[in-house]
Amino acid sequence: MLKDQLEQIREQAQDQIKNEVKNAQQLDEFRVKYLGKKGELTALLRGMSELSAEERPIIGQLANDVRSFLENKIQEAAQEFEKSAMADELKNDVIDITMPGKIKKLGKKHPLTSVTEEIEEVFISMGYEIAEGPEIEFDYYNFKALNTPEDHPARDLQDTFYINDRIVLRTQTSPVQIRVMENTKPPIKIICPGRVYRSDIADATHTPVFHQIEALVVDKGVTMGDLIGTLKLFAKKIFGENTNIRLRPHHFPFTEPSAEVDVSCWVCGGVGCRVCKQEGWIEILGAGMVHPNVLEMCGIDSKEYSGFAFGLGIERTAMGKYNIDDLRLLYENDIRFVSQF
Amino acid sequence: MKIPVSWIKDYVDINIDTDKLCDIFTLSGTKVDGVEKQGDKIKNVFTGRILEVTPHPDADKLRVTKVTTGDGEVQIVTGAPNITEESVGKIVPVALVGAELPDGKKISKGKLRGVESCGMLCSVDELDLDPDEYPNASDHGIWILPDETPIGIDMRDYLKLTDTIIDFEITPNRPDCLSVLGVAREASALLAQPFRKPTINLKEDGVSVNELVSVEVLDYELCPRYAARVVTDVKIGPSPAWMQSKLKASGIRAINNIVDITNFVMLETGQPMHGFDLDKIADSKIIVRRAASGEKVVTLDDKERTLNNDMLVISDANSAIAVAGIMGCGNSEVDSDTTTILFESAIFNRACVRRGSKHIGIRTESSGRFEKGLDLETTIYALDRAAMLVEMIGAGRVCKDRIDCVQRMPEKKRITFNPQRINQLLGTNIPTEQMVDILVSFEFEFNETVSEVIVPIFRQDVEIEADIIEEIARHFDYNNIKPTLLEGKATTVGGRSYEQKIRKNILDTVLSCGYSEIYTYSFISPKEFDKLNLPQDDTLRNAVQIKNPLGEDFSIMRTTTLASMLECLSINYNRRAEDVRLFEMANVYIPSDQDDEQVSENDEGYHKKVTLPVQIPMLTIGAYGDGADYYEIKGVCEEVFDKLKIKKFNYEPVTDNPTFHPGKTAAIYIKGELAGIIGEIHPLVVQNYECGKDTIAAYLLIDVLIKNSSDKMKVKPLPKFPAVTRDIAMVVDDGISAGKIDAIVKNKAGQIFESLKLFDVYKGEQLKSGTKSIAYSIIFRSPDRTLTDDEVNKSMDNIYKALKEKLGAELR
Repeated sequence: MLKDQLEQIREQAQDQIKNEVKNAQQLDEFRVKYLGKKGELTALLRGMSELSAEERPIIGQLANDVRSFLENKIQEAAQEFEKSAMADELKNDVIDITMPGKIKKLGKKHPLTSVTEEIEEVFISMGYEIAEGPEIEFDYYNFKALNTPEDHPARDLQDTFYINDRIVLRTQTSPVQIRVMENTKPPIKIICPGRVYRSDIADATHTPVFHQIEALVVDKGVTMGDLIGTLKLFAKKIFGENTNIRLRPHHFPFTEPSAEVDVSCWVCGGVGCRVCKQEGWIEILGAGMVHPNVLEMCGIDSKEYSGFAFGLGIERTAMGKYNIDDLRLLYENDIRFVSQF
Repeated sequence: MKIPVSWIKDYVDINIDTDKLCDIFTLSGTKVDGVEKQGDKIKNVFTGRILEVTPHPDADKLRVTKVTTGDGEVQIVTGAPNITEESVGKIVPVALVGAELPDGKKISKGKLRGVESCGMLCSVDELDLDPDEYPNASDHGIWILPDETPIGIDMRDYLKLTDTIIDFEITPNRPDCLSVLGVAREASALLAQPFRKPTINLKEDGVSVNELVSVEVLDYELCPRYAARVVTDVKIGPSPAWMQSKLKASGIRAINNIVDITNFVMLETGQPMHGFDLDKIADSKIIVRRAASGEKVVTLDDKERTLNNDMLVISDANSAIAVAGIMGCGNSEVDSDTTTILFESAIFNRACVRRGSKHIGIRTESSGRFEKGLDLETTIYALDRAAMLVEMIGAGRVCKDRIDCVQRMPEKKRITFNPQRINQLLGTNIPTEQMVDILVSFEFEFNETVSEVIVPIFRQDVEIEADIIEEIARHFDYNNIKPTLLEGKATTVGGRSYEQKIRKNILDTVLSCGYSEIYTYSFISPKEFDKLNLPQDDTLRNAVQIKNPLGEDFSIMRTTTLASMLECLSINYNRRAEDVRLFEMANVYIPSDQDDEQVSENDEGYHKKVTLPVQIPMLTIGAYGDGADYYEIKGVCEEVFDKLKIKKFNYEPVTDNPTFHPGKTAAIYIKGELAGIIGEIHPLVVQNYECGKDTIAAYLLIDVLIKNSSDKMKVKPLPKFPAVTRDIAMVVDDGISAGKIDAIVKNKAGQIFESLKLFDVYKGEQLKSGTKSIAYSIIFRSPDRTLTDDEVNKSMDNIYKALKEKLGAELR
């Protein structure tokens, strides 16, 4: 009897909760109806005392099953209603996703710093150190120790700012190499980035202040092949994997043999375009084997040691990399230019 | 240097096309800067005969012509006044449809006032020719060619514009290549073709030169060789066409046979020559001497020049007749009446010519060559070559003998030849025979044992083994050397030094605070010091001066970076940028305080005895707009300190820095050492720079930051017990700084103090004037227990008491 009634309640309740209970309030009414103090299941269980000792645990078990069955059903339904209530709420909680973001802007690194750091990283990964030296420099280090005595034709090529007859604004970062070689026993593997000066009136391709980076390696048995291999690797890392290089013999007082180095045009890849003046090549570097006179002046035995050096202009590289057509922009610091980087 | 290919071909056979030739030159060190094909700009223009000229039906000034360039006839309308009915039968240059002219004009079919025109008749001007060279051509009209001119000839062929001209960039170490013969010698070596240097073959005639003139060199240091020849019975006139066309193609105008010969020989051999009218030379006496200090001469360009004692002149018995190597003087100039000429071929000291030419402000083709250095052998070859040309073109009679003043001839240099070492340095395996072949092709010689290379005299640049190595490598082609990467050499660790890492940290931190990096010049104008409001005796005014600046605006090395920063802010402000935040990491330059006066600039050891100016790296920060104020930049500085783990720093008010606002400026000290200044820019300075009035700036001494920085840190364990926060508000006199209150709180809060934070400052109506309300949150915490109210109250009482006693604070 009681057993049938319990089964009946289960079925009835299941049916009702599935079909009739539509919201949280109805669910509450449903809970009261079955599980409340005066609810149907509660009422039914009051009749338990009339059962025989054999029946009581069986019915008791069944009653508990039905109760927990109902409780589960109620909890499930309650969760459902909560979810859908939240979904309704969220439907109206809408932002304009296209309105501007609210980040505090980072500052922009100057392109000359970016290029310098990029080149530095390439060489640091190959075991080079970074060496620095004075910008106001003795002519001894800027010229004489670099095998460029007074009235040497190479002094023709660079107009130098003088502080007095013996002190200049360095025209190249090469004097740093001399200072390092004077004070270091090989092996030497350094790069020297820095600010240099030449007496050029500012125009689209010249500024009286500009930046260079040079590399110097001195050790036993350093070859011109090593120079070329290093240049190739460097060019690929800075200008892209498909970059080729071309060396042309040239003259620098502090290297022998000397070369100018072209890289295949980064715009057209070497077929010829406006940027490379249809040549397919862009001159970017000066390089060579360290002149024995330079080694000797620094107290390094040129019979025992050899070395290579090369250098390039940071501005020129930045102009190529970022398509800058006027060098003066780099020193004017208009925020509309600076903030593009 | 521009050289026509045809001229090179006079001395060496070239059997490859121009592009290939240019590549070979460029890759062997004689860089080709440009190639110009003569007549490249004239296309589809032919000689043609005028068959018919009729008036234009609708235009008085136009005529309708029928012309033929060989097959068929074309109708061309022309407006040229010199084409009339009488022009029928004349030969003219005809640009046909499809023609291109030097000015870029392209000829197409068209109608002129309704009459079809299929081309254009050309003037000398339209073909971009020099009217002086075609004196018979009409000034304003079609160029009428000689009647016997065949028709249908391409004008490029008619004008002999078929040559290719190569523009070479000759490096300063190769003056021998500043000549057609030098370049041809290179070509001969690179193309393995024989070199045909013209052999001298002179008749000589009449008296010996020694009977006509005497030469005395007083300074062999400045004039190591002076050679001369005399030509009598000179007939001044035009030089032959072949010579003119070579000169023209090389960019030099033909003048007359004598001048043309000197120019031709200079281009051919590299040796500048000068011709004097011997009849104008007093006492027929040439003296090569230093100029007297202040000596005045009138050079060929009719200008008076004042010389100095370091310069060399060619003089006759009375006065200077040329500034040696630079320019001749009017008093000895060759003119149309000249009958006797002295040809000079000499060597003048490079430095002397260089300084002299700078001193009087003239650079000539000749001085440029002397500056680069000439060799003592070519002097004679060039002189004899000129004489030979005089005979060849019948310009006069070459006298017997030559004058040759030379004290000593240089010896040929000998350099040890060690093929193994050469391969070792290059990283190659070039066979010894190939090396020998290369050097021989460049006219080097070997002694019998092949262990010594003998350098030709004209190669003054070759001095040591490395120079020989370059000769071999450039012939071999650098690009044929196998690339290697220092295999087997010592390994090095590399990387940034501690200082370099810290500098990068500073840069990255300021960037992350929203400030963008700038680069400015290191030199400024001394006027900037006035704009910065610095008193006349300010030490910053003591700057390193540039002796030869680009102008006053760039004349001193900056002792402060503020000027450049303010200029940048001003540029942006005046271009209407609303808010700008900038920083720069760069040096200032302070003169060395060491007294170096007694060290002479001529002292060989100057660089060891004198101290260079000091360069001090600065971090300079500047901003305006969008609420920029003192506190913002203070915040940036403190971010930097935090990143660098600088813990101990304090601020002191600065009221007397003339560039900054007296009430809104602080000096930052790190462990008692001045590390920088932050502040609002003084209103006067703001006016001077035309910046925004809320302009703020700071500078920090990077070296002081580095000295006090650390890159080491250990993590503190997270707190296990809760914190207690108490707020405190007080009224104090306006003059009492937050810093003072901070110090008292920190001092009195005891061991359980964790941190404090200022959250409100109020001044206004509800308060007595001259006072302010200031409020803090104070946070207490213990690492090993939960704090009790009693403990915290006790601390708070101590704080209250101290604030009251020391600052007269009134708690609210």
